[in-house]
Amino acid sequence: MAEQTTLEAIRSALDEELERDPNVMILGEDVGRKGGVFGVTEGLWAKYGDKRVLDTPLTEAMIAGAAMGAAIYGLRPIAEMQFADFVYPAFNQIVSEISRMRYRSNNTFSLPMVIRMPYGGGVHGALYHSQSNETYFTSTVGLKVVAPGTPADAKGLLKASVRDPDPVLFFEHKKTYRLFKAEVPDGDHLVPIGVADVARPGKHLSIFCYGYMRFCALEAAETLAREDGVEAEVVDLRSLRPLDTAAVLGSVAKTGKALVVHEANRFGGFGAEVAATIAEQAFEHLDGPVTRLAGPEVPGVPFHHNLEDWFMLNPAKIVEAARALAAY
Amino acid sequence: MTEAQPAETTRPGTATTELGHAALGLTDDDVLAMYRQMLLARAVDERMWLMQRAGKIAFVISGQGHEAAQVGTSWPMRRNQDWMAPFYRSIASALTFGMTPEDIVTAHLAKGDDVSSGGRQMPGHYGAARYNIVSLSSPVGTQVLHAVGIAMGAWVRGDDVVAITSFGEGTSNQGEVHEAMNFAGVHRLPVIFVCENNGFAISVPLARQVGGLSVAARAQGYGFPGVTVDGRDPLACYAAAREAHERARRGEGPTLIEATVARLTSHSSDDDQRRYRDAAEVESLREHDPITLFGNRLLGAGLLTEGSDTTMRAEVKSEVNQASVRAEAHPDPDPATAERHVYAEEAG
Repeated sequence: MAEQTTLEAIRSALDEELERDPNVMILGEDVGRKGGVFGVTEGLWAKYGDKRVLDTPLTEAMIAGAAMGAAIYGLRPIAEMQFADFVYPAFNQIVSEISRMRYRSNNTFSLPMVIRMPYGGGVHGALYHSQSNETYFTSTVGLKVVAPGTPADAKGLLKASVRDPDPVLFFEHKKTYRLFKAEVPDGDHLVPIGVADVARPGKHLSIFCYGYMRFCALEAAETLAREDGVEAEVVDLRSLRPLDTAAVLGSVAKTGKALVVHEANRFGGFGAEVAATIAEQAFEHLDGPVTRLAGPEVPGVPFHHNLEDWFMLNPAKIVEAARALAAY
Repeated sequence: MTEAQPAETTRPGTATTELGHAALGLTDDDVLAMYRQMLLARAVDERMWLMQRAGKIAFVISGQGHEAAQVGTSWPMRRNQDWMAPFYRSIASALTFGMTPEDIVTAHLAKGDDVSSGGRQMPGHYGAARYNIVSLSSPVGTQVLHAVGIAMGAWVRGDDVVAITSFGEGTSNQGEVHEAMNFAGVHRLPVIFVCENNGFAISVPLARQVGGLSVAARAQGYGFPGVTVDGRDPLACYAAAREAHERARRGEGPTLIEATVARLTSHSSDDDQRRYRDAAEVESLREHDPITLFGNRLLGAGLLTEGSDTTMRAEVKSEVNQASVRAEAHPDPDPATAERHVYAEEAG
């Protein structure tokens, strides 16, 4: 068991999958010699060569579309969008093509492929290097969407994504890349897609989160326990589609109160789906309104640090929302 | 279409130099097979219109006028080895890659076991994994990237595979087509781009779509050859595609072939081109029918007679009749299956 950052864990997953399966390849902007703008693919170009760690032109539709063609041909491509903010030119390929291929071909084509996307704010990236745009894809049938919050989950989920028979969008919160180190199991560590993780057990209320919000929610839970005697259960969803509905409902049955937290804006956000699922299927367990704490309704993270701090969720904001719900 | 095995020895025939096919390495039988393939595509296409008017199928989008370009460009491709990403007029290409008339009629009837989509996609959305034909969607130009991705996959693995993709000149303006060609040019990927230029994007003429009026000329900017050929001439198209195929196999990269054709029908069964084309122009379209033009050349070269032409057309008609009868007997899709195959079932 070694301690790794999330970034190192993702790199290990890529390295191990490239090593394990000659059909695995990486393509994207600057993923080759430079090793990616965040350094995620550092060293892989030198180890696996120009073709399997392939620098592409600055063309996101091409990255997604060529990855799809390669997957049709039998490879297992891992495409990288340099920032989730820049995925939109590839939206047509992802939504019209990649998500629908198995269905429209009546199961005669399948696309075992991954699209990795650094997302999220808190890194001084402003409107176009900070977006949390997962909802566009979680509402697209045919895609799987995962968003890990720990180094171990990042590694295990990425390896599972590479081996999955269907297209997986892999959201990496860029603030978590180097935020902390944690133990990552040795060996062929796999985390199944579609299974949530109870990051901290509790009995008074449930906090549902993913990505960087897991880190914030755990800090908030410690504060709540220390200062309020409130034991919050933190459930890291990890997979957004498929959603581990049983884990969500099980936690609500235990605590009776649900707070859904995500950095993306509230209106029509992923929290709406979680909240509606709880309202429909766990109504009799509820002892308070299902509550959402989400990013503000502005088009992006504004740049100045004052503005960015205003935008970003943090442990204090989660504590505040949890206190109100606990007191209900 | 050639098989993935050594070509048959050219046998001495009665060819005159008039047709010029021997110089391309084609036998008399080859050119007659190409002609028959064009007739077959036309006959299936015409059957679709009949069935549409009879209320049996909802919609037709036609390949009439494109047959020579399609048969010619797909003829050098090796069945079950090379790949194609088609477009919605690719009926003759799909047949050449291996789809049968029964496959195509079954798909148009949206039967439950149609090889393209099991009744899930509209007519004209060609595709079949079993024939290396990529499933097609409706947003235009997306398939060009898929062909490039297949070529990239072959290049990464070091496989002897060539991908071919076709699209109209309207589609050639999409950004994804530019991205695809640029990337293919950068890595000299084994791909052939075929623009079947019929002069109209539904109703909008070439002059309002293509700055510079030439799609082929764009290839220069991507660093590979772009050639314009008479898309009414299957041998000219074959020659260009064979050269492109050899280039690709030699690792020299892509070729863009712009084949100029006439769209003999309206854009689709929901369109009436008399609303935006002059009556005289519509009337003159038949002069550009590649089947008539090639048939006359075969007659002139002594490879075809009125009698053998009639016999061949009768055989084709009979083949399509039988295929249609069999296709209509296929089962309709069952709504109980409509939720299947969103994701792999083995993965839960």
